[in-house]
Amino acid sequence: MTTQISRRHFLRALGAGGAATALAACGTLSDSRKTKGQVVVVGGGSGGATAAKYLKRFDPNLDVVLIEPIPRHYTCYGSNWYLGGLTRMDRLAQTFTVLRDTHGIQVIHDTVTAIDRDNHKVHLAGGDRLSYQKLVLSPGIDFRYDAVAGYGPEVAETIPHAWKAGPQTQTLRRQLEAMPDGGVFVMVVPGNPFRCPPGPYERASLVAHYFKQHKPRSKIIILDNKETFSKQGLFMDGWQQLYGNMIEWVPSSQGGQVEEVDAATRTVYADGGLTRFQADVLNFIPPQEAGRIAVESGLTGATGWCPVNQLTFESAMDPDIFIIGDASIAGQMPKSGHSANTQGKVAAAAIVRTMAGMEMLALSTVNTCYSLVGPEYGISIAAVYRYSDGEITGVPGSGGVSPADASLHFRRQEARYAQGWYDSITADIWG
Amino acid sequence: MRHHLLRLSGGALTLALAGLGLSQTATADVVSRGALMATTCYACHGTDGRSSGTIPSIYGYPTEIMVAQMLAFRDGTRPSTVMDRHATGYTDEEIRLIAEHFSTLR
Repeated sequence: MTTQISRRHFLRALGAGGAATALAACGTLSDSRKTKGQVVVVGGGSGGATAAKYLKRFDPNLDVVLIEPIPRHYTCYGSNWYLGGLTRMDRLAQTFTVLRDTHGIQVIHDTVTAIDRDNHKVHLAGGDRLSYQKLVLSPGIDFRYDAVAGYGPEVAETIPHAWKAGPQTQTLRRQLEAMPDGGVFVMVVPGNPFRCPPGPYERASLVAHYFKQHKPRSKIIILDNKETFSKQGLFMDGWQQLYGNMIEWVPSSQGGQVEEVDAATRTVYADGGLTRFQADVLNFIPPQEAGRIAVESGLTGATGWCPVNQLTFESAMDPDIFIIGDASIAGQMPKSGHSANTQGKVAAAAIVRTMAGMEMLALSTVNTCYSLVGPEYGISIAAVYRYSDGEITGVPGSGGVSPADASLHFRRQEARYAQGWYDSITADIWG
Repeated sequence: MRHHLLRLSGGALTLALAGLGLSQTATADVVSRGALMATTCYACHGTDGRSSGTIPSIYGYPTEIMVAQMLAFRDGTRPSTVMDRHATGYTDEEIRLIAEHFSTLR
């Protein structure tokens, strides 16, 4: 199966006029005298695709293989814009063509079923076995379905999580479109840490934007398994200004901690059964842990996430595996697309420097997360992170959120920059 | 022009070292601290500082101009939406290293 896929890709590359590229790539792969070793990257999301590209940028002589099951990657960032009707789904699709044809990365669309750490090999669902000298693992998240009674993969079609962008996002959009005016949209949001801390609140905002236009008597209830959330003051101000009382946020201490879901009736129970919410559309974002392959390969700690050397992103369990993105424990860096992008570059540099016999450098890096409260109303959180004494921490006195008293012009400017950020980061990763 | 010369000599160096069976020393140049720190800017300002969207491109700025801008963001004399929050996290030395890297990009 894998072999067939690879061959088809090879032929497609030839057909697309990429003969020189394809042949050159093969030449590099087979001529061991020219190569310095093979780096296999697992996962073509923001972390993995960045790592693959920057490994080649930092050292064009490396053989880099990227394994990603899905030929079109839909970015999680931007998926709330789609849910709010601001963009089309195909605008969120990223492909691997440029990484393959321009950057010389061998892209294999298959699933990694196991990592044989002792023999430095990854096993693919199609049957192939690939050797690696260094492995970069960017597996993203998986859901902890055991956390809340009544919610599991079997009900995800009725009650979408939509926390991995793709068909789930479209399912949720269809449900919102089918919901009658005056309906109730309930979101269940996990405690920390989880992918994209401001994401649920941007989602509530843009669904409110859609409701305001098409179903203005509807209501949004956020049941949150925590007491505070990212950019809270800015979101709540924006909600009041743009949507009045449409959005209600319920923290865990006031009934927001959901313990049970009845999928058949779209009812959630909180507060030991004392509180009950019935939804017309229910979006359940489950608690999360590192992507399954990391768990199954013994690379996670007690928390379900992957401990790493925060200077290099080398796994604490295996010196030849580097774990980046949402799956990793990266000090104070949030689980964001920008973090994954930065970590992909750091791991790539660490690998290239290590192979050249050089130590990794301690760096300062930034994270910027934009959220739209409305199409013309953007807010952001930013931070500068520095590695020192074994840990990545925020630089005191830097970073923070957009000013509380900013003008509408400022908010509009940040909304434009949100789109600019999307354009730049996706080009930096897959372009 | 200067950049082209540097790139040429870098290539010659690589060839020479390849002949000796040594690994590519582009590593030493390309993954310097300034170059590596600059890559974190690319998420907003585009790869190598070339933005295709609404955020300004920043490649090829003369070092002194970029340093002056960053210091102005840092001390608040130049208004911004987000750059003040970034600039306050960088030391003088880091700002200069990053600026020097962007000045070489054409």
